Amino acid sequence: MDPVFLSRLQFAAATMFHFLFVPLTLGLSILIAYMETKYARTKDETYLRMTKFWGKLFLINFALGVVTGITLEFQFGTNWSRYSAYVGDIFGSLLAIEASVAFFLESTFIGIWIFGWKKLSAKAHAGVMWLIALAGNMSAVWILLANGFMQNPVGYVIRDGRAELASFFALITNKHGLLEIIHVIPSALLLSAFFIMGVAAWHLLKKQHLDVFVPSFRLGLVVGLVSAVLVAVTGDMHGVNVSKTQPAKLAAMESHWETQTRAPIVLFAIPDEENERNRIEIGAIPGILSFLGFHDFNAKVTGLRDIPKDERPPVLLTFIGFRTMVGLGTLFILLTVYGWFKRNKLLENPFYLKIMMFSLPLPYLAIEMGWIVSEVGRQPWIVYGLMKTAEAASPISTTQVFTSLMGFILVYGLLGAVGFFLMAKTVKEGPEAATR
Amino acid sequence: MELQTIWFFLWGLLWAVFFMTSGFDFGIGTIYPFAGKTDTDRRTMLNAIGPLWDGNEVWLITAGGVTFAAFPLVYATMFSALYTPLMLILFALIFRGVAIHFRSKIDTPGWKKVWDFLIFIGSFFPALLFGVAFANIFQGIPFDDQGIYHGNTLRLLNPYGLLGGLLFVLLFIVHGANWMAIRSSGGLQARMVLISQRTWLVLVPVAVIFLIASYFATDLYANYFQYPVLFFVTLVNVAALLSIRYFVHKKTYFRAWFASALTIVLCTFFGIIGLFPALFPSSMNPDWHLTAFNASSSPLTLKIMLAVVLVFIPIVICYQIWAYHMFKNPVTQEDLDMEEAY
Repeated sequence: MDPVFLSRLQFAAATMFHFLFVPLTLGLSILIAYMETKYARTKDETYLRMTKFWGKLFLINFALGVVTGITLEFQFGTNWSRYSAYVGDIFGSLLAIEASVAFFLESTFIGIWIFGWKKLSAKAHAGVMWLIALAGNMSAVWILLANGFMQNPVGYVIRDGRAELASFFALITNKHGLLEIIHVIPSALLLSAFFIMGVAAWHLLKKQHLDVFVPSFRLGLVVGLVSAVLVAVTGDMHGVNVSKTQPAKLAAMESHWETQTRAPIVLFAIPDEENERNRIEIGAIPGILSFLGFHDFNAKVTGLRDIPKDERPPVLLTFIGFRTMVGLGTLFILLTVYGWFKRNKLLENPFYLKIMMFSLPLPYLAIEMGWIVSEVGRQPWIVYGLMKTAEAASPISTTQVFTSLMGFILVYGLLGAVGFFLMAKTVKEGPEAATR
Repeated sequence: MELQTIWFFLWGLLWAVFFMTSGFDFGIGTIYPFAGKTDTDRRTMLNAIGPLWDGNEVWLITAGGVTFAAFPLVYATMFSALYTPLMLILFALIFRGVAIHFRSKIDTPGWKKVWDFLIFIGSFFPALLFGVAFANIFQGIPFDDQGIYHGNTLRLLNPYGLLGGLLFVLLFIVHGANWMAIRSSGGLQARMVLISQRTWLVLVPVAVIFLIASYFATDLYANYFQYPVLFFVTLVNVAALLSIRYFVHKKTYFRAWFASALTIVLCTFFGIIGLFPALFPSSMNPDWHLTAFNASSSPLTLKIMLAVVLVFIPIVICYQIWAYHMFKNPVTQEDLDMEEAY
């Protein structure tokens, strides 16, 4: 095993673990701010109890998100020093802006929100949560613009052996980055909505705390339905853009080997990367891939065989990732549409509630798969077309990376277990009893 | 002044502010298991930093981010050369972060014991390791012109490095005890005042030894001898250090805390001024030093980042002062009884 491979594993483990917590922070902060505003306006205690209950879960999740995020910023220096030196002029500034513009705001005001219940008026306290929600989502904007540069480098010139900033405006209006933003933020809301519905369903099935969980579930349903549609629409826009800018990724997403017009989509396939074909291929529907990629049934789609071997991403992971994400995305629309029709008769539909309870982890899976498509599908490039991942790692020893990787696995494993345990305990305890 | 020079000192300032703000969090975490005799004591200490430590820690992210943005070559070389110590610091900070949040979630002695231990580990080791790391940077780090590290991680634990670590730990303990003197009352407050006073008695000789050792172990004084007016900064530093004791004695704890904050900033600047223009000197060859002039970003990036920092950092300082102001009174039983309290 070489340090590059181990560094990739370490970064993958650290980001994927970090991103278990990010979407809930982004989405739930908005929903809690909404609940608390309702309370500040109506003085209805139910909204306060909703705010406090979801707030507790939010804070456990937030703590894990913050501590796992800090390591990521520094891993660009520790493990990817050649990358950092080569594109730091551009990439570093986006991270620094994220910290000074957004993360400061979020972290300072989270302390005020936790400890400020008696020091601030109800309206001001709700306002603090809006600031947290705004700051968290602004953080995501800057980070996704940074990722957008890795996917589709713009606004740079190569000077003195490194990439230097040529246009800041081009960098922050990078189409790829903007598409990521409008796809990731609704998907965070979708995950948060499913989180709320899943937890609420557990209580509703037990017929307890109905005053808190019926309105919570219904809020989740509305947000879930709207965001599930938005995720699908923006995902499609994203796909069309990728087809143009990253043909290798599109081909890997569909395990598409032969360049052709009226390119088909296959219902089931097992990619065989060695022999450059699909071992099994069932149910090819002609023209669909051309349509998905270019909104034209006759468009020509480049196949993997026409992409040099050393510029092809790993096909199997990208292919499975894409399938899973899209399949789940479709399921989310069906589940929320069905729920919408049953929204006034939730308690009479225990089977639906049970399905929603068990669906809680699915958006997590879908989002992780989406990132696999995005990041694995970009390989072998760390910055698409500009720098290869293999050239980007630090000159450090295998032992060092192996040790830290083991540390990450051990520590994150324990953190995950503790976090899950505390979340489950908080869910079981339920909200405070009504005072009346 | 040149853009790169401005950025060099801004870079130093951001690290100094990180040490000043997170310094008292680390100090309190270090004395936490020893000074916190009862569960109430310990919870008072946690809630004294509770609303603020998250925001304080972001100064580290910003200092790191600015190193990346303004001096990418330094960011790349420094953090890969110091791979192991930095990883240890990051793991320690993970432990501390979750421990503060999770400790009071379950009220059993066994649960609390685990997190108490991690709060100590997660505060003491970053304090020590940041001191060791910066003292080693003052001496120079063995890396070549390709940025490849040629040393042994254990070599960082040389006497001067350890002295730097000790200095940081003592500074942070005094700073933390001063903050606790502001935010506690009764027996706990009396104990904190005592800790501040006694630690100060050790801190002063250690600081003097560090100043002398720096003459032999580093080139930091070269800039000072060239421009003796710079010794004025050191004089203010000494005055700030001495005034801590005076203000604690006068029972004006907020002033004492301010004095320890100033001491930490100026101690950092003692090194920053001496390093100039190097951010990350190589001990193998002076030609390989990474300086503000050979390791910086392009003028365009430096200009944009300067605008961002000059607009947003003052805003950050304003709302952080507002937060400090909101949580400046002693932690009361009523505060501890709050459902959200740590």
